[in-house]
Amino acid sequence: MTQLTPPMGLIAELTHRCPLQCAYCSNPLSLDPPPDELTTDEWRRVLDEAAEIGVLQLHLTGGEPMARRDLVELVSHATNIGLYTNLITSGVLLDDDAMERLLAAGIEHIQLSFQDAVPESADRFGGYRGGHAKKLEAARRIHDAGMPLTANFVIHRQNIERLEDMLTLGEQLRADRIEIAHTQYYGWALLNRTALLPTAEQLEFANQIVTDARDRLLGRITIDYVVPDYYAARPKACMGGWGNRFINISPSGKALPCHAAETIPDLTFPSVREHSLSSIWTGSPAFARFRGTDWMPDPCHSCERREIDWGGCRCQALALTGDATATDPACAKAPSHFVMAAAIRQTADAGLDFVPRRLKGA
Amino acid sequence: MSKSDRIPRFRRGTKLRFDKTRSTWVVLAPERLFMPDEIGTEILKLVDGQRSIRVISLELAGQFNAPLDVVEPDVIAVLEGLVMKGAMEL
Ligand code: SF4
Ligand code: SF4
Repeated sequence: MTQLTPPMGLIAELTHRCPLQCAYCSNPLSLDPPPDELTTDEWRRVLDEAAEIGVLQLHLTGGEPMARRDLVELVSHATNIGLYTNLITSGVLLDDDAMERLLAAGIEHIQLSFQDAVPESADRFGGYRGGHAKKLEAARRIHDAGMPLTANFVIHRQNIERLEDMLTLGEQLRADRIEIAHTQYYGWALLNRTALLPTAEQLEFANQIVTDARDRLLGRITIDYVVPDYYAARPKACMGGWGNRFINISPSGKALPCHAAETIPDLTFPSVREHSLSSIWTGSPAFARFRGTDWMPDPCHSCERREIDWGGCRCQALALTGDATATDPACAKAPSHFVMAAAIRQTADAGLDFVPRRLKGA
Repeated sequence: MSKSDRIPRFRRGTKLRFDKTRSTWVVLAPERLFMPDEIGTEILKLVDGQRSIRVISLELAGQFNAPLDVVEPDVIAVLEGLVMKGAMEL
């Protein structure tokens, strides 16, 4: 067993509240109710503890982190203690006043998500009329403030044909980075999978567009491309390995190795209300459960990629095979790999209807 | 303009910081971070948006008592690597 190194990043899911209702949202189906959310003081303490144990970057996310009234306060606290602060937002609440205050608080980077390149489809998918227009305004504010911007586009079967336009929009908005992310099938996205999974032809089309754009924009705009597991031969290194690089805190204060970890039934995740981050990182059995390579079954255990992808994602293994200890079915060497192809076949004649993400039962 | 005259600067949102926990310098960038090796760190510490590649190379050549024509290609390689990763502008 190699020695435990300190975590690099803290993912703070400040709230599950969100004005949008994206059908591809990877938040859990059972969202944390607002009264359970950590208080400002509790978050401050968590941030202090994070900086103490070696966390370098803070990712503020949700839900919509800007739905928290104390967001600016938390950003300012984080920057004061030396954390690099990254805000991941839908942008619909980023007005002039909010931008000014975030800037003063020392925010270092903003990732702004778009649902599409065109307003009609974007607003339909986000379930928020006028949302796209607000995002364009938000992007302009970020740029005018001299802040670096990442434009994020989550792509799926119903918007992938406009990928070229999304890249153009990213360029027009003078983004420093454009993130093109195939939908990751967790939470609401998994529920809506048949309406979202792209076809093989669509995927090939997207890969080509991204390759060309990368050439064209090299050294100017970085394009991050997140590929879909369902067509992959090897899984992603989920979170850079379980309990290896990140701690994710849910709105109600559960410390998780990955945002979907609570779906794994036989693990108990510690609350930051009761435990320090340091004791969680070094002592929590749930964080230790899939850390490193000792827990791995074959084919992973004897595979030369075991410290590259760490056997893929535990939550995906659970969701698709019923067993969180199985090799991620995204891997072609996994006994369960066939479920990916089966899911793709299932979508072939499925409709495009989806369930919008909502806090209370739809 | 020759490469030596170029002035490297970190892109917006990218910073070099000392990490006390790990006793090492890190480059913090939007949604990623890099841990430069010792030489890389010495180079990056001199990046201030004023010094050119030549000036940086001369300083390092002096500091390490090495010839400029050995140092400068290293400096260029490190900086160009970070340009490709989107962390630096040249
Ligand atoms: S994916 Fe959409 S619904 Fe989910 S948190 Fe982000 S903006 Fe809100
Ligand atoms: S067998 Fe396991 S370690 Fe090897 S590539 Fe597949 S998931 Fe990764």
